[in-house]
Amino acid sequence: MDVNLPEKYRPIIDAERCIKCRKCIRECSFGALRFEDDRVKYNGGCVSCLRCVTICPTQAIAVREVDPQFTPHPVFDEKVRRSIIAQANSGGVLLTSCGTDKEYMDIFSHLLLDAAQVTNPSIDPLREPVETRTYLGRRTGRLPMRDGKIDIEADMPPIISMDMPLMIGHISLGSVSYNTQKALFSAAKDLNIIAGSGEGGLHKDFYGFSDWVCSEVASGRFGVTADYLKRVSSVEIKIGQGAKPGHGGHLPGEKVSELISEARMIPKGTDALSPYPHHDIYSIEDLQQLISVLKESTEYKVPVGVKIAAVHNVGAIASGVVRAGADFITVDGLRGGTGSAPRIIRDHAGMPIEIAIATVDQRLQEEGLRNKVTLCAGGGIRSSADMIKAIALGADVVMVYTAALVAMGCKVCQQCHQGICAWGIATQRDELTKRLDPDIATQRVTNLFRAWNEELREVIGAMGIDSVESLVGNRDRLRYIGPNHRIAEIIGVKHSGEGWG
Amino acid sequence: MSEDELMDQCVVIDADRRDELGHPMGYRELNERIREAVSKGCKNVVLNNVLGQRYIGSTIGVARIEIHGTPGNDLGAFLNGATIEVFGNAQDVTGNTMNAGRIIVHGNAWDITGLAARGGTILIRDDAGYRVGINMKEYEDTKPSLIIGGSVRDYLGEYMAGGSILVLGTGVTEGQSPIGLYIGAGIHGGRLFIRGKVESYQLGAGATITDIAEDDIEELESMISEYELAFGKKIERDWSKFVKIAPQDSRPFKGYYDKTLI
Ligand code: SF4
Ligand code: SF4
Repeated sequence: MDVNLPEKYRPIIDAERCIKCRKCIRECSFGALRFEDDRVKYNGGCVSCLRCVTICPTQAIAVREVDPQFTPHPVFDEKVRRSIIAQANSGGVLLTSCGTDKEYMDIFSHLLLDAAQVTNPSIDPLREPVETRTYLGRRTGRLPMRDGKIDIEADMPPIISMDMPLMIGHISLGSVSYNTQKALFSAAKDLNIIAGSGEGGLHKDFYGFSDWVCSEVASGRFGVTADYLKRVSSVEIKIGQGAKPGHGGHLPGEKVSELISEARMIPKGTDALSPYPHHDIYSIEDLQQLISVLKESTEYKVPVGVKIAAVHNVGAIASGVVRAGADFITVDGLRGGTGSAPRIIRDHAGMPIEIAIATVDQRLQEEGLRNKVTLCAGGGIRSSADMIKAIALGADVVMVYTAALVAMGCKVCQQCHQGICAWGIATQRDELTKRLDPDIATQRVTNLFRAWNEELREVIGAMGIDSVESLVGNRDRLRYIGPNHRIAEIIGVKHSGEGWG
Repeated sequence: MSEDELMDQCVVIDADRRDELGHPMGYRELNERIREAVSKGCKNVVLNNVLGQRYIGSTIGVARIEIHGTPGNDLGAFLNGATIEVFGNAQDVTGNTMNAGRIIVHGNAWDITGLAARGGTILIRDDAGYRVGINMKEYEDTKPSLIIGGSVRDYLGEYMAGGSILVLGTGVTEGQSPIGLYIGAGIHGGRLFIRGKVESYQLGAGATITDIAEDDIEELESMISEYELAFGKKIERDWSKFVKIAPQDSRPFKGYYDKTLI
């Protein structure tokens, strides 16, 4: 009774260029190609991951988007009709991965940065100091004094120093391969920044990276042991994820290999289900308890933060989170990535990160809480420009997820949930994971973020600012140029053309 | 070891010791003192007059902690091998994400006892509250067990992925069930044993009643003996009165999702 859906992509092989090495056939983990009648033939099922295109020694393959097969209709567009047909076939909930591919208004692109002219000289970051060091943790806002002197031995809350205002977001071992996580952690170490462990524990091979790892405590509590908690730079309670606010985690049994079973401490091949909520957290008071027990368990040596998805009431929730004792708060926006999420939630629930940052920053300021915590923001940060604008909107630190994977080879084909990533990233199959060389991947991620940090220094130098801390929440250095001035009002940014006075 | 040496290893803390303002000891100080004693090699810590201090015994490995009074929430969180014995009632989230060890409660324990435990044993002499044993799991030879002498409320063993829960139903009126509703909702591993009446409407999505097998009896026998030993009680072995609840499927989401390229 199934109705076939037209193909979306099609590899085109240039017979003149092809030397029949058959590499593309071996490399296509989706089984889209075969060799027959002395040539490469297409089986169907191309997802446009571009592995064949990249690997072909003679550049004989191009992947083309097939022209829409559906009669044009602006409302019942192709995606709408494809979804209906697929669900009429299966009766299932549509599953997808990566960040949303819906054309939600990307507010970053509607923001313009300021620069210094005449009255406030700009700074050349190559010749003068422009500081990008950033701290993660709770601020007391005052120096501890004893007998009229600064008390350097006083008990201060733990704080972590990073070389740039950027963290690699939580990407779990399970959703990605061992080599991928290893590369993310070693890039964090090389850059002296923090990378998130994601839900799934810390594999013992990675204990050497623990000073650069923020370990996640999610609702499934996978791999969360006394040992794990003692081996990390910081702990983050994951309440929600921007790509699937309100949803739990579900790592299918196929992905629970020997290795994943070891880190998550569950039997091989079983589904790893993370309940939708933490069942010990039904209120801010409950959250305060989990924060406190984690502080007790880590003996107050590391900052404990909370990650929430950006939802409509994010300002009030963030305020509660800070009052509950979080040392840092991470807000994850609507366009954030995922290794697997129902399309309905990924594409329709949440709030763009730009609005979330500005509203949380504003709310915390109004309540006198902003200077106590580090505000991290992620979910939709694709470039240094996004990073800079996010900081100017009010974030201390940005979390970057997908861009780090793209640096390694990911082509954002949105097939992570299939577990057969041709780039060896979102997969646990040995024959695929070995395609990713962790040393090369480390280097590429390191290169990318070094370059972003340089761009950050360039931009803030051009604004006449000598430290990224002075850019945080400096919304007066942004102007809005988009179609909806109401957005500008809500995020507290003037329209382009409005001066300072 | 002589009695004196044993005493040397024992630290007694009065949790109701007041400061000059009359405030009792806060949880931070209490827990710091426990940690300090344990790190110095003390194997026995006795806490007297405990009045609601939270987070007692988090992550502790080798030691025995004896609690007189009422410990607060999150008792024995991430417990890593220690034995905690409470002479009184425990409150919410006892044994949160426990890894190994034993928690024995001579009284009741309330909501979310044994949340996400992956090893060790929790023994409750009397009753327990709501959402008990949620998301317990097992791994290799570590397998948590949660034994409750009396009755429990709704959502017992929700999201259960491994381990065993036993409810003995002592003190429950004839003809009444010792468990509430939505038992084992979302269960995909592990097993629950209930002594007493269980009706199918009490089961949560994904849970089913199955027969008690030969090796279940072995396990039941060992859990019951443990209970008897801990509390000095006698439990009748009439297996016909026991009901086993298990997952319908270890892969509850199989076929739920559609992975079509949209
Ligand atoms: S990889 Fe390129 S050259 Fe080799 S068989 Fe495929 S299309 Fe031909
Ligand atoms: S990680 Fe792999 S499967 Fe996922 S989007 Fe990137 S290339 Fe595709």
